[in-house]
Amino acid sequence: MKPGHGEILLAEGDLDVREEEERLIEEFRRQLDEGMWAAVPTTHPGSGRREAQLVKAYGDIPAGADRVIFFPRASGG
Amino acid sequence: MLLALLALALIAVVLATPMIVRETARRRARRRAVKAAARDGLDLPLYDPGRERRAEQRARELLRSCVNAEEWAMYRDLGFIRVGGKHTRRDADRSSVGPAYAYLIYAHKPIVAYVPGSGQLLSEYCVEFPDLTGSGGRHRLPASDDVLAKWMALTSDEDRVIGRANMHLVGRQLDPARIRRDLWRLAEWERRRKRRRQVSHSE
Repeated sequence: MKPGHGEILLAEGDLDVREEEERLIEEFRRQLDEGMWAAVPTTHPGSGRREAQLVKAYGDIPAGADRVIFFPRASGG
Repeated sequence: MLLALLALALIAVVLATPMIVRETARRRARRRAVKAAARDGLDLPLYDPGRERRAEQRARELLRSCVNAEEWAMYRDLGFIRVGGKHTRRDADRSSVGPAYAYLIYAHKPIVAYVPGSGQLLSEYCVEFPDLTGSGGRHRLPASDDVLAKWMALTSDEDRVIGRANMHLVGRQLDPARIRRDLWRLAEWERRRKRRRQVSHSE
């Protein structure tokens, strides 16, 4: 999510293809280095309710996640 | 009478003359700049009036794909989303059906904490998601993206986002009467949905 633009597709790829996964990792790190927060929308296993999971490293991304959403970190308004 | 009208018209013309002269000069300068730019082959930044509308449309789709169906319907119908708080203060709260407190998420407005059982308003949490790209913070997220960012931050790490927000008593930015009205609208909305579900089940 980019202020002034909304949703922008940063990168996409197949995790089974090594070059594509490396590109995804690189983009993931670049976004975190720029100060963005990363979150994955998930479904709570107990209640079945939708919620988000913040991820701070590429390895934290839940298996089966189809997307990671980056958004500017929150600050006091 | 006619003389008085003429005098008034004359005074009006005299008073308006500086403004007319200024505006004419400004328009001439703008026209000259456009002509010069076209002659030199420069690209003028074109204002795209549909960009924000398209961004908001995409943001709504993204929000819809992330939140619960009930939350999406709430946002679509009422313009805000309710998220339950994760902490409990007393043992009695743990046994109750719903959360001890909840948040109302508005677009580009503070998050409001309240007690669902009593409707008591607790506090406002002013939080924003500033532009980190170095464009001077001129831009902000589309409304639905702002709601989604708050939803993701609250449902994933409530303490972190609340810790970063500026907390105030309700009333600093939001009108408490308006929030109470929104809580009443929410209660009515839930009652109607429940009734509709009961009718569809019984059929």
